Amino acid sequence: MDRFLFLTFGGLSTGAVYAAFALALVLIWRAARLVNFAQGAMAVATAYVGYAVAAATGSYWVGLGAAVLAGLLLGALVERVLMRFVGHANPLNEVIVALGLVLLIQAVLGVVFGNGYRPAPAPFDTDALTVRGVAALSPYDLWVLGAVLVVVVLLALLFTRTPIGLRMRAAAFAPEVSRLLGVDVGRMLTLGWALAAAVGALAGMLVVPTGLGLHPHAMDLVFVVAFTAAVVGGLDSPAGAVVGGLLVGLILSYVTGYLGPDTTPLAVLVLLLAVLLVRPGGLFSSARARHV
Amino acid sequence: MRPTTRRILAAATGLALLAAVPACADDEKQAAENVPGVTDTEIVIGTHQPLTGPAAPGYSKISAATKAYFEHVNSKGGVNGRKIVYKVMDDGYNPANTENVVRKLVLDDKVFALLGGLGTPTHTNVLEFVKTQKVPDLFVSSGSRNWNQPDKYPTTFGWQPDYTVEGKILATWVKQQFPGAKVCHFGQNDDFGRDSLAGVEKVLGAVAAKQTYTTTNQQVGPAIGALKAAGCQVVISASIPGFTALAMGQAAGQGFRAQWVVSNVGADYTTLSNQLGDKKVILEGMVADNYLPMVGDTANPWIQEFTKIHQKYNSANPVDGNAIYGYSMAYTFVQALLAAGKDPTREKLVEAVRKGGFRGPGLTPFRYSDDVHAGYSGVRLNKVQNGAQAYFGPTYTTDDGEAAVAEFAEPPATPPADAIPTT
Amino acid sequence: MTATRPSARSGVDRPAGPSPLRRLLPGAPATAGPRGSTLLRHLAVAVLAGTLVVLLTNQLAPYQNLQVARVCAFLCVTAGYTVLVGLNGQLSLGHGALMATGAYTVALVQRGFDERGTQGRWILPLSLVAAVAVTALAGLVIGLAAARLRGPYLAGVTLAVATLVPAVSTIFTGVFNGEQGLRFPAETPPAFLGAYFQPERWLAWIALLAALLTVLLLANLVRSRFGRSLRAVRDDEVAARLAGIHVARTQVLAFVVSAGCAGLGGGVYAVLTATVAPGKFPLELSLFLLMAIVIGGLGSLAGAVWGAVLLVALQDLPSLLTETFSLPSGLAQRLEGNLALAVFGLILIVVMLVAPGGLHGAFRTLAARLRARRRAPEH
Repeated sequence: MDRFLFLTFGGLSTGAVYAAFALALVLIWRAARLVNFAQGAMAVATAYVGYAVAAATGSYWVGLGAAVLAGLLLGALVERVLMRFVGHANPLNEVIVALGLVLLIQAVLGVVFGNGYRPAPAPFDTDALTVRGVAALSPYDLWVLGAVLVVVVLLALLFTRTPIGLRMRAAAFAPEVSRLLGVDVGRMLTLGWALAAAVGALAGMLVVPTGLGLHPHAMDLVFVVAFTAAVVGGLDSPAGAVVGGLLVGLILSYVTGYLGPDTTPLAVLVLLLAVLLVRPGGLFSSARARHV
Repeated sequence: MRPTTRRILAAATGLALLAAVPACADDEKQAAENVPGVTDTEIVIGTHQPLTGPAAPGYSKISAATKAYFEHVNSKGGVNGRKIVYKVMDDGYNPANTENVVRKLVLDDKVFALLGGLGTPTHTNVLEFVKTQKVPDLFVSSGSRNWNQPDKYPTTFGWQPDYTVEGKILATWVKQQFPGAKVCHFGQNDDFGRDSLAGVEKVLGAVAAKQTYTTTNQQVGPAIGALKAAGCQVVISASIPGFTALAMGQAAGQGFRAQWVVSNVGADYTTLSNQLGDKKVILEGMVADNYLPMVGDTANPWIQEFTKIHQKYNSANPVDGNAIYGYSMAYTFVQALLAAGKDPTREKLVEAVRKGGFRGPGLTPFRYSDDVHAGYSGVRLNKVQNGAQAYFGPTYTTDDGEAAVAEFAEPPATPPADAIPTT
Repeated sequence: MTATRPSARSGVDRPAGPSPLRRLLPGAPATAGPRGSTLLRHLAVAVLAGTLVVLLTNQLAPYQNLQVARVCAFLCVTAGYTVLVGLNGQLSLGHGALMATGAYTVALVQRGFDERGTQGRWILPLSLVAAVAVTALAGLVIGLAAARLRGPYLAGVTLAVATLVPAVSTIFTGVFNGEQGLRFPAETPPAFLGAYFQPERWLAWIALLAALLTVLLLANLVRSRFGRSLRAVRDDEVAARLAGIHVARTQVLAFVVSAGCAGLGGGVYAVLTATVAPGKFPLELSLFLLMAIVIGGLGSLAGAVWGAVLLVALQDLPSLLTETFSLPSGLAQRLEGNLALAVFGLILIVVMLVAPGGLHGAFRTLAARLRARRRAPEH
């Protein structure tokens, strides 16, 4: 039982990070109908900025702010100077450009910062608090969970309660109608990218201290898991991303703990099939299926 | 059938007949060629290294050092008047790329020998090719026992002590220092972990608990939790640096206090403390092993010589265990090349390494002989204290079989002038 | 009957509007002439191309012949892959794992015979046929799941498949020998070619034969009734269904065909080095395969050829660049390897911006423009 509790806590803390990153993927999907394969590399780039600023100023929080700001800028930049000009002759072209961007960003980071691991100090203690002898969550895990929760609430408010959020949703779902109604669809798209990259930057800052350290490939594995989480939850649903992230985190923790570290890819596939064969649009898919 | 189709078909048939007569002349010419890669002024050798990708951190610095050492040797006139050209190919630690770049080096660049190809899964896949091409395949950078199969792979040689030798020595020390303690094993889920565990269990019998990790899964928490739950007092760890840091970090986070005894592969203090940053205090008390001079031992004449070379040719990188590894291996190669004589051939080089007898920066002799292609025969233990990793106790030697672990008392060699071997 | 929105079919396109794929890929020309001559014409082109490559291999050094062989092995994969993604609109990210399935099948079959001391020229073709069969079966399983899934959800499942190879090979270490992989007897040229016949040339011929066979079969398949069904399902599932096409069956079949090709390619790829290892089939391979077919020109077999060439060029780019540039050591060390990746990333981006139809599309546009210019003075 202790083992189960221990694995549950471990799964929740890693799951929270996957949730944050899945959220960034969902944001882009909602704004641009695109799975942004460059999300991981972009998050790593902003994390380098964040930790460089943190080291220079001595404050993690200034660094965190810098990373999120860098995310906003990078997201807008990628959309404005790159994605906007990708022809739509073929929907895969955007995916390929994103993959090209991954190679480019990782190579540039390798040239500028070297390929080595850089330490990524956590702002809170990473030693777990023990609950009745079981190592439970650390203060840092609590901060991650809290931060993800706050972001989810803020995004929900943005999309449902503010005019700009409503315009963004309209622009994504019905670009032609929105344009007629005077919504600047192009600007909304830029905003969507910026927002998603900022959330990705936050997720990157949260992930890096829990892994091997900061290096150009720090988010490669996280991207794959987070993509799974987003798909399990349903790409259109921020709530789905959070639930999917936590679910995947828990399952990976149980599988690693009980069956061994090698079996996780198999478990991920089983989970995906189990969810998607019942609900092909993910757990939180809206009722978009139709009859013919 | 349309006329154009018929015409294409006719032309194709004609060409096909023509092509059936292969051009053999150039093939025979190639077969007659000898001593590839050696001219009066140059010796071209090559290697495959993870310069990019997930294995690049740390390991990409080894070939930089090796290259710097050869530049140093070349600036002093080279080996028997020949300059050493070291072609470093990036394989990104992907075996498919390794097979490819090794074929390019051997078939296209016609290198004289391969030196220090890095990694077990990568290099394992080129053994057959290297054998059929009869290329000397020296000093593979991995402690796998695969390189020590003289009957199957007569030109391949290891260099560092293999993981079983290391495991036996670590376990022997643990047995002396912690009699009756619960000893556990944490290892990578490949031959690194398995060979190490085999060595440990040769000495200690079955361990109290064993856990593995895989490099594609960074969740080591559950494994560390299981070791804690098993009540382990000593953990012998066969892990690469990233996962040593991760595992010890997890142990500290979970309040799991045990004595960590780590393989030299994953225990370089400079690398680990760079990765851990402020959290490097958790490394205090970590016991590990090594077979080369320690970086922190600035009084050591080898470290002094290598540092001089480093500052001149390799200053962009830190002087760490990886750099010392690169310098020492390059030193052994120059020794082997000298032993192969004034006009080296591939056969003479292999013969020279088989004869062995090289002493250099390493603490112990090599095991090279006609039927053994394994490298260093032992290690010495070291400990992290007050932010520095230093040797303690005697140097031990053994083999990967049933030989006992014995103390080795011979003092280490001193470097020749400019740290360039003369014989 | 329930179906998700047809427009979300190919992964990442927008929810509404006509299929962008349709513009890129004209359907089968209605006036292809009598059916019989299509097969013959394809056969003639294949023999011609094959002959030219064979002539080429006679002039090449060993390593260049290996490059040719690798292009041919990859061509088997990209050709089948581009039919699935480009013509049927199903996005798979797991073709690297399918290659691994073929490669491991070849290794296991060949080792099986070797352990029993059986030798013979027929073992190679037999092992390759087994590779195609086993991989096609794997494709059937994935295809059955895939037929229910659309767009990114299919991408997610197949991405999970792509990460399976290392896991499966370590879980079943007894069969697959973990991350060290398997070795099997290397393929050698038959004795009648002479004692000094270049072994790499023989490998190139084997791979060439496999590639020609694959492309020939696919070229005819694409022009057949089945090929039209593929495109119809891609363009509009509802319309296809109304026209009497069994959508799910078409999709599953497309997956099976594509997987069979990947299995053959993977098998040949393994034969080239006589080794298999999980590290040779990482997630990146699957992503690079996708890049190859899109950059080459999605949905066209000529594009698949470009893609295969690109994949081999990508493997060789790092060594090429490190030899060309000699820079001060500190910078050079950081550029080593990274430079090649940066260049490749840039190429991907630039090609997609300049030639959205891929290389094949660009050449076709160029050729059309040249033809138009040549014709102009006559008017």
